Amino acid sequence: MDTFNILLMGFISIVIVNNLVLTKFLGICPYLGVSGRIDMAFGMGMAVTFVVTLSGTLTWLIDHLILMGTPLEVTRYVCFILVIAGAVQLVEMYVRKFFPALYESFGIFLPLITTNCAILGLCLFINLWEIDNLLEAVVLSFGAGIGFTMAICIMAGIRENLNLADVPQCLKGAPITLITAGILTLAFMGFTGMIR
Amino acid sequence: MVNESQASGNIYKQTLLAGLWRENPVFRLLLGMCPTLAVTAAVKPALTMGLCVIFVLLCSNIVVSLMRNLLKPHLRILMFTLTIATFVTIADLFLKAFVPEMSETLGPYVPLIIVNCIIICRAEACASKNGLAVSIIDALGMGAGFTLTLCVLASIREPLSTGQIFEVQVLPDGFVPWAAMSMPVGAFITLGLLLGLVNAVSKRKA
Repeated sequence: MDTFNILLMGFISIVIVNNLVLTKFLGICPYLGVSGRIDMAFGMGMAVTFVVTLSGTLTWLIDHLILMGTPLEVTRYVCFILVIAGAVQLVEMYVRKFFPALYESFGIFLPLITTNCAILGLCLFINLWEIDNLLEAVVLSFGAGIGFTMAICIMAGIRENLNLADVPQCLKGAPITLITAGILTLAFMGFTGMIR
Repeated sequence: MVNESQASGNIYKQTLLAGLWRENPVFRLLLGMCPTLAVTAAVKPALTMGLCVIFVLLCSNIVVSLMRNLLKPHLRILMFTLTIATFVTIADLFLKAFVPEMSETLGPYVPLIIVNCIIICRAEACASKNGLAVSIIDALGMGAGFTLTLCVLASIREPLSTGQIFEVQVLPDGFVPWAAMSMPVGAFITLGLLLGLVNAVSKRKA
């Protein structure tokens, strides 16, 4: 029961309280770039969730079974980025084979998941927070993906309505999106201190 | 001969200036948003971050430019990332050894330079197509443009959130610090308004 509680708390904390996008500024590029329509935002979120769960787990294993305590630790970043690039390649092949329409609409953004800071960021945070339990690492990675999906879907929902609003000419596009994101983080700040 | 050297000198100047304003990575290309937002709560970390990015950008542009003829198209992004990851490791270890407290403040945002889109973008758009000289100049211009932007953003946020810059009081004593400015909200809204300002200025110029 205790383990379950810790896992649940970790999950809620990474989804809401320590949301990677809204409090750690990770994954801002797709957050601004792919949040034009809800269906695309959701697809992107799912792809990122898959990659982040896979690479979070793999990097934890590599870090703990191979790198830690050996001089190889200096190659940590190189190993992490290799694992992420591999996982993205896997997702890309899978989506191209089974969802060609989705693949078309993603265009350049799918390979760019490799350079999505949310994924490398999460792997580094798991290392930084000294998570020493595989299960917890898996739950945190999955939670990070869900948190990203939630943030990008909320943003897409707002932006679909924003199209109808009368925004000053010079603020159109990226500036108003950033300001909206700012107000959104203000709302999420209400959760600060709820857990940890 | 004279004309030729003048013309090539012009190209260098153009490339250098492009990074500073016309193709400013943050304001114009919207690249590298993650560090831009994350480390600009104060000027000192912003400056350190900028210098790290200049170092990594310069080294990776040099290496990519030198090996541009050997690159296989489908493996090039991977090669870029690995090159960048190597230099970021060097920068990270350097910071940890010589300025440990700054390394503590920046935390995971130093290794996150690996996935900073500016560096990959320059490797792809400039260094893998051009010679060594142009690549070096381009790296310096883009890096300087990025650093400048970070410092501008930080020098707006830091005084408003603490009343100080570099631990020197700049605003009058009665000023009530805006705590929100040092939080994520401040970062997003300041950058949004700055982008709007840049849009408005460049529209007036054109």
